[in-house]
Amino acid sequence: MTDTTFTPEELEQPVETAKKKPNSTLRLIRYTVGKFISLFLAVLIGMYLVILIANMGGYVDQIMKAQIRDGIGLSVSMDPELRRRPAAERQQLINELVAVEEQRLGLDKPFIGRSFRFLFDAMTLDLGRAQQISSDSGSRFVRLIILERLPPTLLLMTTASFSLFIISLVFALFLSRNYGSIIDKLVIALSPTSSAPPWFVGIFLLLIFAAVLGWLPFGGMVAAPPPEDPIAYALSLARHLVLPVSAWLISGFFASVFSWRTFFLIFSMEDYVELARAKGLSSRDIERRYILRPTLPNIITSFALMLIGLWQGAILTETIFNWPGLGRMLYRAVQTFDTPVIIGSQVIYAYLLAITVFLLDFIYALVDPRVRVGSGGPKA
Amino acid sequence: MKKFFASIKQYPSAIIGTIMILFLVVLSIYVVITIPYDQAIAEWRGSEEMQGASPRTARPTYTNWFTSSKLPETIVIDSADPEAGIKKTVTEVAAGMWDIQMVFEFDYPYDDFPQEIQVVLTAKYQEKSPFVTLTWYTPEGERIKIADVTSRQREVVRFDLQDRLVRNLDGVPARIGLLRVPDVVPYEVQQGTYELHVDTIVFEEGSDIEAQFISFGQVHGAAGTDHRRRDLLLPLLWGAPIALSFGFLAAIGTTFTTMFIAAVGVWFGGIVDDLIQRITEIYMLLPFLPILIMVGVFYSRSIWTMLVVVILISIFGAAIKNYRAIFLQIKEAAYIEAARSYGAGNWRIISRYLVPRIIPILIPGLISAIPSYVFLEASLAVLGLGDPVLPTWGKIINDAQMNGALYNGYYYWVLQPAALLMITGLGFAMIGFALDRIFNPKLREV
Repeated sequence: MTDTTFTPEELEQPVETAKKKPNSTLRLIRYTVGKFISLFLAVLIGMYLVILIANMGGYVDQIMKAQIRDGIGLSVSMDPELRRRPAAERQQLINELVAVEEQRLGLDKPFIGRSFRFLFDAMTLDLGRAQQISSDSGSRFVRLIILERLPPTLLLMTTASFSLFIISLVFALFLSRNYGSIIDKLVIALSPTSSAPPWFVGIFLLLIFAAVLGWLPFGGMVAAPPPEDPIAYALSLARHLVLPVSAWLISGFFASVFSWRTFFLIFSMEDYVELARAKGLSSRDIERRYILRPTLPNIITSFALMLIGLWQGAILTETIFNWPGLGRMLYRAVQTFDTPVIIGSQVIYAYLLAITVFLLDFIYALVDPRVRVGSGGPKA
Repeated sequence: MKKFFASIKQYPSAIIGTIMILFLVVLSIYVVITIPYDQAIAEWRGSEEMQGASPRTARPTYTNWFTSSKLPETIVIDSADPEAGIKKTVTEVAAGMWDIQMVFEFDYPYDDFPQEIQVVLTAKYQEKSPFVTLTWYTPEGERIKIADVTSRQREVVRFDLQDRLVRNLDGVPARIGLLRVPDVVPYEVQQGTYELHVDTIVFEEGSDIEAQFISFGQVHGAAGTDHRRRDLLLPLLWGAPIALSFGFLAAIGTTFTTMFIAAVGVWFGGIVDDLIQRITEIYMLLPFLPILIMVGVFYSRSIWTMLVVVILISIFGAAIKNYRAIFLQIKEAAYIEAARSYGAGNWRIISRYLVPRIIPILIPGLISAIPSYVFLEASLAVLGLGDPVLPTWGKIINDAQMNGALYNGYYYWVLQPAALLMITGLGFAMIGFALDRIFNPKLREV
């Protein structure tokens, strides 16, 4: 059918791509680089703000100074040779050592100067040692702890977000085809339930499937001890993934199906869709080329918003499900008041957000013809 | 307005939502009036002794309605309480020696054993402390000696800790051994009327004793208790006004500031608009929840500090982009042109001409935003950053989580606050959803 029908767009398309091709790639690159730089600057400024907040009222300084004094006081009092000296002399020695240490760390200089060094350290994740938390391999370096916790979070979040994305997209298409059916009405009626965040749904899932039925584990990533056999390991991992991922699915499903279904319905009322239908194109083709294609930028935007929500929601979901990722790490850092880890997690979350936004901008640019053709691209 | 109500009738979800919210509002007002703030805080923050005769992690009483075997309620009999009707029989047994006899009689119609049994003795004496003998009579008339105690001013006799008694009961904990059907395994409760005799010998004129018998049940009150013996009804009730005010204030604060900034940006255009746009982009990369967590850890966990911080970090939120798009359209309208031509100032145009036009679009968004803030408060509490003073739903869930409520089967502990959160969230979401469709006719068509 499609082979024999020529729409005006199809006729024009080859000509246009041939003419614009070299130009459009260049535009794409320029757009991407521009986005990259502006996002990097945004992360930089954002991180600086975080440092300012963290240091508001010199709080971090106080913590560090107290730590230095504690450490030196302890080492002096433990030293058998120094212990015999009179108290006043010992106190003086401590004061001197503290002053040296503070000078070494630059604590005697004004904050503005130091803040830029903090910024550099933060951006390179050079955050020193954690106070309480250590990585599974025993390291106390914040960077290593964070890098160790990153993969579980990525695993959980990509599984959750992609399954949510694909399932709700397919389902939304199905509903837009069966608009007005009972299932459609049911989804509309249920969409307010999405106001409950995933961790909240997770509590109920844990209650039903872990506590009452006992089918699935209460939390964690793999069974303890972890199985040796890779297949058994993967199975155990999958078993532990079921509940957190379903919590995400249930929490996000109705709202995203509803909003995408609405998009599709609005777009399917456009004149060109009517025309395509009048021409007798199959509904699959109409869906693919006349509904999905133009709504793609919108879909990507809402996917981006979903992902951004996801990174932050991960903190609670991981906490509830004991998932050994970044969120759980941040939770433990909060419990143990571990400043370096808390600040480190701010950095890593800012990076994750920026990378997400950048990747989606890039995909957006690929999908949105305005960027390639050059009518200015999407306004942010 | 009439039309508005007529159209809202078409959405049963909006009506259900309104009923839910009205219920919560009425509940909040009632709670704030009947349990004053100071009293609520004092009870919530009080030590375990202040909780009186509440058992630990007891289920709510209503759980008994659904099960065939009845869990025991708490039984308290206090001789100092005139309503308990405990009579004291005083006889002089020798010169300067008096015997005070008290009989505590109670029914035990339950199918399970109590959590703990204890007697609290309060003695009045100058120098010679009274000597107390506690004896237990089962419905069958069997006599079991519990303990001999030389009572101080205040003496707590925990039955499970009486070694000799437990030995006499063949090593079975006293709370079970005293109430079981003899020699039946697994243990079964012997239902019937029990008696506890408190025999006191005092050695001084005017010396006296009061005894309080407590059998801590496994169910307590309308909402159960937590690990610190606190009645959960209080935080459940008080959570409502707190959640509503937090959600409402946060939603209003963020929505209106965001909208106003968008209006300013659109109206002045140029550098101002650009600046606002760039700041918004930076703000989008600020990790919202982690920053809140940071503030909670470093500065203050007070819910009101959190509220201010939430508003501050949402001012330049992504919503600005939406409002901007709408304002850009409104800006071109003819009536704005007219206002400008009669000489209206910038701020006048923004506040009198631009902003009012967007209010109808704003309200559904505002109402739908409330649940997210209500849940945000709960989320912070679950992370252990709940307000240290106020009793909130999130705090209950956090306590439950910390004490392995799901793992240990204390489902009521999680389910009750969760249900209230659910009602709040759903109520607002349903109203917001319906309003969205009423105010945005384009959505209504589909």
